[in-house]
Amino acid sequence: MKGKLVASIEEVIRLCGLKDGMTVSFHHHLRDGDQVLPMVMAKIQEMGFHDITVSASSIHGSHGCLADMIREKVVTGIDTNFIHKCVGQTISDGYLEKPAIFRTHGNRPHALATGEAHIDIAFIAASAADCQGNMNGVDGPSAFGPMGYAFADAQYADKVVVITDYLADYPLTPISIDERYVDYVVKVDSIGDTSGIASGITTISKDPLGLKIAKTAVEVFQNSGYFEDGFIFQTGGGRTSLATTKFLKEAMDRQGVHGACILGGINGLFVDLLEGGYFDKIVDTQCFDLRAVESLKKDVRHQEISCGHYADMCAKSCVAAHLTTVMLGATEIDTDFNVNIHTDSNGIIMGGSGGHTDIAHGAKLTVIVTPLLRQRRAAVLDKVGTKSTLGDSVDVLVTQRGIAVNPRHEGLRERLEAAGMPVKDIHELRAMARELTGEPKPVEFTDRVVAEVHGYDGRINDYIYQLKR
Amino acid sequence: MIIKHTASAGTVTKNDCQVTVAPGTEGIEVELQSIVKHQFGDQMIQAARSMAEEMGVTAAKIKIEDKGSLDYVIRARTETALLRAAKEAEA
Repeated sequence: MKGKLVASIEEVIRLCGLKDGMTVSFHHHLRDGDQVLPMVMAKIQEMGFHDITVSASSIHGSHGCLADMIREKVVTGIDTNFIHKCVGQTISDGYLEKPAIFRTHGNRPHALATGEAHIDIAFIAASAADCQGNMNGVDGPSAFGPMGYAFADAQYADKVVVITDYLADYPLTPISIDERYVDYVVKVDSIGDTSGIASGITTISKDPLGLKIAKTAVEVFQNSGYFEDGFIFQTGGGRTSLATTKFLKEAMDRQGVHGACILGGINGLFVDLLEGGYFDKIVDTQCFDLRAVESLKKDVRHQEISCGHYADMCAKSCVAAHLTTVMLGATEIDTDFNVNIHTDSNGIIMGGSGGHTDIAHGAKLTVIVTPLLRQRRAAVLDKVGTKSTLGDSVDVLVTQRGIAVNPRHEGLRERLEAAGMPVKDIHELRAMARELTGEPKPVEFTDRVVAEVHGYDGRINDYIYQLKR
Repeated sequence: MIIKHTASAGTVTKNDCQVTVAPGTEGIEVELQSIVKHQFGDQMIQAARSMAEEMGVTAAKIKIEDKGSLDYVIRARTETALLRAAKEAEA
């Protein structure tokens, strides 16, 4: 059966009818090991196209080629949920023609469904596919786990191309995304480098500061009134956030509390909690290591979901809306509890909301974990550089010098104080940070917008401006 | 205090700095490489300079390689580097 097989990337670009000005899309499940975006974009550049918008669920360290393509006007638009500094610097310097659109993981599929965002051609990397385009991410030599971010692209793009390095007999099983959506299938030598796929942090930090913060964050949860059987838990991918799993496990042992589900962003640490009987289920939109991929493949309690099901806050419901607590990092947080995860202290784009903004909004108890300062840069400020996640979604800030409770969350401060937790006013933490670092000279920007930052509901939370040189 | 030869103190790791001191001809020159030079450069240079002045140094070249250290770290590293640089070279 020949099915929908096409011999080359070049031929498939031609068959799809790519034109200048169109939007092409990619997912980021191959993370820092992705070779599909660079491969397809290099061909698009070689074929002489210009004015292309790249819609990618995330732009990673493996996507540095986009920086040159932006300078050469091959790429003039970016629509994504996260931008690595290797491309962010170029955008902050003003080379991208149109303002980059930052969305959240949950809002990207929503914007595609409503037509607010549109994809002409989706190039979907699959670690296994058959000739009709049924695909999954758990089989083949480049297995990366669930295909969470690719579902919306497959559903809403005009043309859908599956790119795989492992062609299975029809019908492939299990199927993540099925053939109804697929126009063409291309077999390539390799879709990615598996060591880069597992680029997330997967061991518990030994940094004593981070461990202290993580331990305090779990104590906040224990004393918050939400620590009871059936809770739903998620952490961010940062070292300190992940370290909370160690202390959570100890607290669950001590108090005999049992969790319903872990949501993620999953790595081996969470698989341990499932297999150790601490939680009943894992609901998973992307894997960070191969242990998680293995678990998804073998364990029926470990469920793949689309990223809309994960975190689309505008849907009738989604898993993130049922979260009990989340432990998340921050580059900066201000005295209104607004969090910046988009720009560094020099104002340069180096990140994005990903799911941070969605899950912070969805969870009953959102805990931000961060040291008071990092390398002389205060993490607690009067005003954050970029408002990524708004303060009304944040409940508690945990630092090594104390915790602060958002007064919007009624009764929480009293419960934590009654438990003897080191509660301070956030302005006090801000003053401590300033005393240590001194007052920084402000970063200067021009008045040209280089990026729009959209929130979980699609509304604009903030703008990012071009750096003054 | 007379700076007799080159000496250094500290490490080039996160939240620390390495300060290297060398004999100078006139005045205290401070050179700074830092990831936060834009935000805090003036304060950091002043921290090293004031320590040298407090120790009675009148001529020295001070080089700071910084990875986000605080003023008290810069002062301590500068002090140690200066003391080392002022010692007689061992035979």
